[in-house]
Amino acid sequence: MTMLEQTPPPAEQPLLDVKDLMQSYTLPRESVFKPAGQVHALNGVTVQVMAGRSLGVVGESGSGKSTFARLVMALEQPSSGSVLLMGSDLHRMPADELRRARRDFQMVFQDPYGSLDPRQTIARIVAEPLTALGRMDRATLRQRVAGVLRQVGLRDADMDKFPHEFSGGQRQRIAIARALITQPKLIVADEPVSALDVSVQAQVLNLLQDLQDQFGLSYILISHDLAVVDYLCDEVAVMYLGRIVEQGRPEDLFAHCAHPYTRALLEAVPRARAGGVRRRRGAQSIASQSTGATGCAYASRCPLADQHCRDTAPALRNVGTAHLAACHHAEAVMALPPVSAEGG
Amino acid sequence: MSTPLSVSAEVGAATARPRLATGFWRRALRHRSFVTGGTLSLLVLCAALLSLVWTPWSAYEIDVASKLRPPSAAHWLGTDVLGRDIVSLLLVGARSTIMVGIIAVGIGLTFGVCLGLIAAARKGWTEELIMRMSDFTFAFPAVLSAIMLAAVAGPGMVTSIIAIGIFQIPTLVRVTRGSANAIWAREFVLAARASGRGGFRITIEHVLPNVLPILIVQATIQFALAILAEAALSYLGLGTQPPQPSWGRMLNDAQTLLFQSPMLAVYPGAAIAVAVLGLNLLGDGLRDLLDPRLARER
Amino acid sequence: MSGSANAPLIEVKDLGVRLNTSRGPAQAVRGVSFSLKRGETLGLVGESGCGKSVTALALMGLLPDSAVISGSIRLDGSELVGLSDANYCKLRGNRISMIFQEPMTALNPMHTIGRQVAEPLRRHTNCSAGEARKEAIALLDRVGLPDAAKRVDAYPHQFSGGQRQRVTIAMALACQPDVLIADEPTTALDVTIQGQILDLIAELVAERGMSMILISHDLGVIAENVQRMMVMYGGTVVESGATDAVFTRMGHPYTQGLFRARLRLGAQKGTRLKTIAGTVPELADLPAGCTFADRCAIVEDRCRVALPAVVDVSAGHGVRCLRTDASMAEAVGTLGA
Repeated sequence: MTMLEQTPPPAEQPLLDVKDLMQSYTLPRESVFKPAGQVHALNGVTVQVMAGRSLGVVGESGSGKSTFARLVMALEQPSSGSVLLMGSDLHRMPADELRRARRDFQMVFQDPYGSLDPRQTIARIVAEPLTALGRMDRATLRQRVAGVLRQVGLRDADMDKFPHEFSGGQRQRIAIARALITQPKLIVADEPVSALDVSVQAQVLNLLQDLQDQFGLSYILISHDLAVVDYLCDEVAVMYLGRIVEQGRPEDLFAHCAHPYTRALLEAVPRARAGGVRRRRGAQSIASQSTGATGCAYASRCPLADQHCRDTAPALRNVGTAHLAACHHAEAVMALPPVSAEGG
Repeated sequence: MSTPLSVSAEVGAATARPRLATGFWRRALRHRSFVTGGTLSLLVLCAALLSLVWTPWSAYEIDVASKLRPPSAAHWLGTDVLGRDIVSLLLVGARSTIMVGIIAVGIGLTFGVCLGLIAAARKGWTEELIMRMSDFTFAFPAVLSAIMLAAVAGPGMVTSIIAIGIFQIPTLVRVTRGSANAIWAREFVLAARASGRGGFRITIEHVLPNVLPILIVQATIQFALAILAEAALSYLGLGTQPPQPSWGRMLNDAQTLLFQSPMLAVYPGAAIAVAVLGLNLLGDGLRDLLDPRLARER
Repeated sequence: MSGSANAPLIEVKDLGVRLNTSRGPAQAVRGVSFSLKRGETLGLVGESGCGKSVTALALMGLLPDSAVISGSIRLDGSELVGLSDANYCKLRGNRISMIFQEPMTALNPMHTIGRQVAEPLRRHTNCSAGEARKEAIALLDRVGLPDAAKRVDAYPHQFSGGQRQRVTIAMALACQPDVLIADEPTTALDVTIQGQILDLIAELVAERGMSMILISHDLGVIAENVQRMMVMYGGTVVESGATDAVFTRMGHPYTQGLFRARLRLGAQKGTRLKTIAGTVPELADLPAGCTFADRCAIVEDRCRVALPAVVDVSAGHGVRCLRTDASMAEAVGTLGA
């Protein structure tokens, strides 16, 4: 029963199939005699996204989530592993084919101020993914741009303005419009609302929700904010130091999480409520990415770690219906009382 | 393709902020350096243009009888050792100065910017090669290369233009590559790559427009340096050859008569100073007006 | 240093700041008043452009020369508005300190952390270099930097974001200031580190009897870390009071909107998030009357006439709104949660 949950029904191929993705960066040499150190940004990530469903990737700095985004978008070559979009390996395609394949997957970036070229008009910026695919006459381009701008709640007249004439939230809408224009099947959104004010975040998230309902888009939503992925995603993967440590439906993950790191993330979120008690959090050391230590990567920060954890790295395994966790003590974590949510 | 109504209601009117271009001239005309520098530079340019249609006297006409005259109603700044009217010499000299400046900087920009952009786009060995070649060229003093060139091709305006132009290239390669690298690291370039655009397209459409402000400023500085270099070369006798007037050579000619008629050195010296100062101030002003503005636009 | 323990340490009355922006003069801050006693903590919450950072900079005397400051800021009885820069320098880092949002840029990459932490000591006290260094090591140890004695000569880039922020905290506290202003101190840090840093600041504030002003855009951070709070919008304080009182029942439509717009874990999938219609106004284009009028669901004509006065909806809980009857009736907040 449990094994069947992991493999998709034979008729349906996943939209995105990531297998054992690994990425290491070589650090600059510190000495002539010693070999250069390596940073292992991704240590074997395997995950699938079905058409019309969304995956949330949660993690902090050093978790590898941004590297994951860049590899899925084929902006970098992985050290090993594969990324298959509708069956074709993105990293082994000839350049021309990859360029055409980009019609189906687009990206929204975190910084609404940096992701738009300040010297180009909105029309040019939004039309860029189409221009990359081939020549199109100006009138049709402008028509497409106008259409997609309307979809994100902006006006046709905004086409000829420049990015600095818009607020952060509006710029992020422009970025979303740019990602939509080729009618992709998959949008990778890297922290799409982190740089926005709270009231604007809500507007943009509503927009993403509406677009998903309207077009049957799949999202890979990368965020450090659990609530954001909870709102938009059907499945959430929590990453720590380049590995997925827990994966499952948001309601399962947040109601009975199975990994101590997920629990730590949930507990760390400040709650907006009266009578907020000061919770003392213990000192936590940060493990660095480059250590190739054996055993669980989280052991140094984990309150439940024992010798077994330090010796053997836990594999990602089933702990419930469509719920995976990489922890020897997953059942114990699941048995803990749920982390108190915000009231009101 | 209907818009979710609630979304458009939420957005509200896009607050129309003033566009970058219209604000520019308003601020520019209030900026001291820009106005001063612009005026001075324009002065030199006008002198050069004027000389094409009119000079008070012919700059080539030698009238030994009226040599070394002090300023008068006829000769506003007097005459030089060969009786030539100094005002006319300055006007026509401006022409050589401007021409050398424009063409030499043009050479520098064309090659320097191209190489710099290629270095930033390709990285790796290409970048290394270009930068080392540029360092090598840089290591040669301009004057030395001019002398070598003159020895090979004979002295003259063309030689000095080429020598100065070649000397400009490394600086522009360095400046272009540095700023281009900074642009390549920006997120909108990553977005362009994610859209599938190749290195060439990104360089032309994203990198170049964004490094343009820095290049414009650098170009004015290079112009000033070119003028100085031209003056130095003419002074050494390697640049514009007689009878073609040149500020640098006027300085050289004035050297022997420094105690007799010191003003003969002051006029061309002042002309050079005005041109160089004007361009430097213009460059300063442009830097203030173009770069921080873009950085501050949020 | 006069005043009994009960006299306010810092007293701000009707603070106003006019700045020159690219669109003309803007009233960045208007009518801000509060007072803090020793050991009290105050939170300033609002979104970008609300004036909270400008208020903090005004307290520190770090506004540009072209800024026009009106009103009064009294530190232990002495007036700070109009103080010469030279005199202000004697206070900064010494009696009133600030921690900034970006630890990456707040530290000079070319100086060791030991030198940067010792800098305020050398400037304001008569410490010798050796004494300052010893004190710096002690401070770095107190803020939880592991191996302080060995790492005192390391450079900022050798530390993580959270550790760098600890260093800036050590710098801010070096001369035992009376007032600490923390401007979004954890926004740029990972969520698991945020709690530690905020805890550290709270500990130090309590230990040294300082007053603290904490600025944040996050209602959760404010709820958990300060005794009293002020909500700012369009340069004015729209709601203020004890944190518990405000969160129990919010009085101003903007505060309510902010609270409702917050994402909550476990909210029903497929529900739409409640947003605040419209966008934040430009400070140079503030409307006459209530700054929130254009976005308010319960706005009336009289709201646009003049800036509403502050109404006390309960003891110490003030709301700048003419329609508190309607807004309080909405009962937004975590009533007794």
